[in-house]
Amino acid sequence: MSDRKVVIIGSGPAGLTAALYSARANLKPLLIEGLEAGGQLMLTTMVENWPGFRDGIMGPDLMTEMRAQAERFGTEMVQGNVSKVDLRHRPFTLTFDNGKSVTTEALITATGASARWLEIGSDRRLSGHGVSTCATCDGYFFRGKPIAVVGGGDSAMEEAIYLTRFASKVTVVHRRDTLRASKIMQDKAFANPKIEFAWDSEVADVLDEGRGEVTGIVVRNLKTGELRNIALDGLFIAIGHTPNTRLFAGQIELDPNGYIVTHSGSKTSVPGVFAAGDVQDHVYRQAITAAGSGCMAALDAERYVEGLADEHVPRAQAAS
Amino acid sequence: MASDKVKTFTDSNFDDETRTGVVLVDFWAEWCGPCRRLAPTVDALASEFDGRATVAKLNVDDNPDVPGRFAVRGIPTLLLFKGGQLAETIVGLRAKEDIARMIERHLGN
Repeated sequence: MSDRKVVIIGSGPAGLTAALYSARANLKPLLIEGLEAGGQLMLTTMVENWPGFRDGIMGPDLMTEMRAQAERFGTEMVQGNVSKVDLRHRPFTLTFDNGKSVTTEALITATGASARWLEIGSDRRLSGHGVSTCATCDGYFFRGKPIAVVGGGDSAMEEAIYLTRFASKVTVVHRRDTLRASKIMQDKAFANPKIEFAWDSEVADVLDEGRGEVTGIVVRNLKTGELRNIALDGLFIAIGHTPNTRLFAGQIELDPNGYIVTHSGSKTSVPGVFAAGDVQDHVYRQAITAAGSGCMAALDAERYVEGLADEHVPRAQAAS
Repeated sequence: MASDKVKTFTDSNFDDETRTGVVLVDFWAEWCGPCRRLAPTVDALASEFDGRATVAKLNVDDNPDVPGRFAVRGIPTLLLFKGGQLAETIVGLRAKEDIARMIERHLGN
């Protein structure tokens, strides 16, 4: 016997939608919120593309609503963080940080993706002291100060534009000479008088580790190799995300970039394990697509659990 | 919402409150989503360490001096003080068990 029929890991739109559907199907799901509870929407401000809110809704408010809705139908939420999974034996076993564990017939992984860092070390070490991956959290600390944003996509432009509310100047450091961001975001960024661009450039180092706070960056021009220092107080990194799949490595099939491979809906390479949201999607990555795939995973898991029950009934009868 | 075991620090009482013992301070703001997520963890730690260590919150909006002194430029940030000296820094979210282990380590000696 397993402790649970369905356990969901992750509490972004995918996990909470999966929980809502599983709860309404009377599967009494357990949802493990994880460290970055609420997911990436907790780091946003106004969400204007979530259908049903014509004037937009604040990301954290949307997540609070989703959580309450999933809870209302009987989802049990726990705050823990899963540090180990055993998907080789059935029922599956999930072990928490605190050593406790839970077994389940079906598992829905909605562990999402987390912001990527530069691979230079000094950015991580100065995190919280001037280096950030969350403009809405930390922009406030840079009122009247010069800062930089690394990246050339939509999120980088969004962060750069948002940060001009606080910063005296925002330098966008980008590896190429054109942006990957959509036309509308590019136009907004180019029209903003506080935004400057450092093209064909990468951040080679963040200063000053000795002082324990950001005082500037060293920028390398990728065409000429030339290095130059830019004095600034803050560096925001917006170079994309990495899927949170380390937990499953070697047990579920992952693609070369670490995303979970799904087929026929939300199925993974392990029967009984389903994946939803950004952990399996590097293409769409929207709140609404994550929620949609969470619904799919819940329906697939429900069918799977029903199938198991059907298998077990005749055997149980035969034994009695 | 916050547990009554969690103290509220300000720019004016910070030095007095952190002078002795082991003190964990949560730097936060209303508009910070991840801070809201860390809040229940901080509440739980306050109850767990009640009488052994002080757990407090400092609102960075209302109290700009203390964050400036410790170069706090991102939240949530947890700073741990022992005998008035800064002993540990945690930036961003962290599991409750990790934070509890860190506090225990400083209570131990």
